[in-house]
Amino acid sequence: MSALVESTAPAPVRLVSIGKRYAGTSALDDVSVTIEVGTVHALVGANGAGKSTLGKIIGGVVRADEGEMFVDGEEVRYSTPTEARRDGIATIAQELSLVPEMSVMENVFMGIEPHRRGFVSWRQMRRRYAELIDRSGFDLKADVKVGSLRAADQQKAEILRAVNTDARVIVLDEPTSSLTAVETEQLHTLIRGLRANGTTIVYVSHFLDEVLDLCDTVTVMRNGHVVRTAAAEAETEATLVAGMFGAAVSAEKLDTSAPVHGDVMLEVAGLSRADVLNNIALNVRAGEIVGIAGLVGSGRSELARAIAGADPIDSGTISVAGEERRIKSPADAIDAGIAFLTEERKKDGLFLELSLAANTTFANLGEVSANNMLRRGVERERTRALLGQVGVDPPAPHARAKSLSGGNQQKLVFARWLFCAPRVLILDEPTRGVDVGSRAAIHLLIQRLAADGAAILMISSEIEEVLGLAHRTIVMRRGAVVREFPADPPLNDVMEAAFGLPGSQQ
Amino acid sequence: MTTELPDTTPPDSPSGAAAVEPTFARRVRSRRRIRAEHIRDYGIIVFVLAICVYFSFASPVFLTANNLLNIVYAQTPVGIAACAVTLTIIAGNFDLSLGAILALSEVLGAWVAVHWGIGWFFPVAIISGGVMGLINGLIITKLRVNAFLATLATALAFVGIATGVTGGLLITPTQSAFVFIGQNKAWNTIQYPNFIFLAVAVICQIVLTYTVFGRHLYGVGGNREGARLSGLNVDRIVIMTFVITGLACGLAGMIDASTTGSGSSQVGTTLALDAIAGVALGGTSIFGGVGSVWRTVVGVMMLGIITNGFNLLGVADYWQQIVRGCLIVGAVAVGSVIERR
Repeated sequence: MSALVESTAPAPVRLVSIGKRYAGTSALDDVSVTIEVGTVHALVGANGAGKSTLGKIIGGVVRADEGEMFVDGEEVRYSTPTEARRDGIATIAQELSLVPEMSVMENVFMGIEPHRRGFVSWRQMRRRYAELIDRSGFDLKADVKVGSLRAADQQKAEILRAVNTDARVIVLDEPTSSLTAVETEQLHTLIRGLRANGTTIVYVSHFLDEVLDLCDTVTVMRNGHVVRTAAAEAETEATLVAGMFGAAVSAEKLDTSAPVHGDVMLEVAGLSRADVLNNIALNVRAGEIVGIAGLVGSGRSELARAIAGADPIDSGTISVAGEERRIKSPADAIDAGIAFLTEERKKDGLFLELSLAANTTFANLGEVSANNMLRRGVERERTRALLGQVGVDPPAPHARAKSLSGGNQQKLVFARWLFCAPRVLILDEPTRGVDVGSRAAIHLLIQRLAADGAAILMISSEIEEVLGLAHRTIVMRRGAVVREFPADPPLNDVMEAAFGLPGSQQ
Repeated sequence: MTTELPDTTPPDSPSGAAAVEPTFARRVRSRRRIRAEHIRDYGIIVFVLAICVYFSFASPVFLTANNLLNIVYAQTPVGIAACAVTLTIIAGNFDLSLGAILALSEVLGAWVAVHWGIGWFFPVAIISGGVMGLINGLIITKLRVNAFLATLATALAFVGIATGVTGGLLITPTQSAFVFIGQNKAWNTIQYPNFIFLAVAVICQIVLTYTVFGRHLYGVGGNREGARLSGLNVDRIVIMTFVITGLACGLAGMIDASTTGSGSSQVGTTLALDAIAGVALGGTSIFGGVGSVWRTVVGVMMLGIITNGFNLLGVADYWQQIVRGCLIVGAVAVGSVIERR
């Protein structure tokens, strides 16, 4: 069967030319997909390809900016998940939305409790729960507290709730990212059972083996576009990876081939944190940009946080310029000359209500004070100079951080850390949510900082960005370093290592 | 005096090439922007002046030096506590134990004045307040108890201890030095407590605006995790705010005891709420990260002026309370509506 040819069977969900942009950058562009009745339809793609966004649009969690969506042939425009649910479309997000302190049954009937004269009819609820269990074949006790269940069973409870609202289409967004192999297999069995009962499943995942094993149809996405929709039997992991990453072209490719001979500035050995990081070893030389690639959940950000003292570590050593440092807090890391730009600049970077000057000097107020009194004139001058250096426009020390655009805010965070004159700079998603112009400016800034002798460790979920800037690339998977590549490696090799495909291990 | 972040300065001209027309456009734009911020930042001053004008016409006594000084005098304990708790609130916390600290420190101060000598009165009253603040800070940061509940609980305990010490009676030291500060006037016109209030307000404002510590308070209140990642010891800063608030309440307790001539465990029951009402009227965000001390002073004085003016006009107490309640809701609502635009 080919989904490329429009089917005459009634399609529960049909998307036509869907577009969605976030803060000026396009997340989805001209996306058309038809989901057939009673199939398991996978959406696959790299991080940022738009697969989750598409799933959210189907479920009414996110509203499309352009295009049309048809459910049973009728055009719909959902603004909330509730509206989608009314049409029988339920979404099960990555973060579950159950109430942990309540029982499975109470969760399943949340908001649709059977009642008589305002009182909950427990007897009726129990009877209907038993029917539901019969129908679905799930083995889930009614009175167990959801909070005490394993992740897979919580997923089951979510799915029961979806089935209970007579959902005909269930969107699952990365449902197995927190499940063990056994739990994943259980979930797949459940999904097959639902399909046998005529339920349609939209399965968003980056686990290619699961997709090929479970799904009937696969839509491959890249950079917000649909590459193709095809029957799962026609695909292999290799064809999917090729589709997800296309020809390895990168417009911003810079010459990173010359090896860097600076002294080793940052050296990490045996770094471990239970369940998150496993015996990490790496080093970064002065003047070198080392990229970290890996999927969401591979431990990239956790590694950055551990080195920067933001999270505690269980074991391992961190040395800066050949000297071992005990880093137990961000203050220790800053003392050691390590600066850390977090991936969420609004949540844990900027002080939105404060001025640009206050934001710039915050981590190093000693530079602009004497006897603990701020020298505001000096602060203004230094801020103006730094804002000019990183390219915040306009470089007005008095303006508030919240008045800046996303790109300028990111540059402002750079300014704060440059003000600390760091020897080691850790960048987690330095260009996320940043417009194209600022993005290029930030890339240039990163290279200039390296040329000036900083050791830079850069994380990005956009693999092209990492490969474009890095002198070396380290690939992480499930909390461990699985491979290291010299400058300019083939994109497919890096991706295969990140996805853990057989044959990619050294 | 300026606030921490006056956003009224137009952005610096990027170059000298600014033509006449762009300059004009910028001026118009900045004038429009200032207008919305002005309502939030300076609206309260306009309002205070307006009610002062009204009371001046309604009562011949209102606009006399004596009466105005009396208003400040009456608001001194609340004002000192409010200035200090402004720092706590800007750093993102809350303190409901202000009145209890005042009561216990004035009782302890009076007790040592009777039993150990008058020389112990000042230091014991103030330092015991600081210790109570330290206890609050430790409970909140080390035991991770929500500040609201922690200070509600310690307030109960502090008042209990105070009642235990006094046995429910007044402790009345007989030394004339005990009442010197509270009951005397400089140049026979200005009450000494008024100077202390002014000094506390000025010091708190300077700390907030011109010191590294003050900048850290805004950072911790505005983005706690951001402050931590910038190398701050957030717990230590939070504890310091509670110690400062405790010291200030100890000072206020000392003044109150000196004014009334005795130490009583029954005082300060509404002090915490009055002080926080003043802070809120001044536009300091209850969520932290925004605010300044001088506005708190204006808020506290506004409450004092309303009480005084209504008393002069013979308006019943319950009307005063109703008006105060409406004002607080109105001020906070105006602030958040402007913020949302």
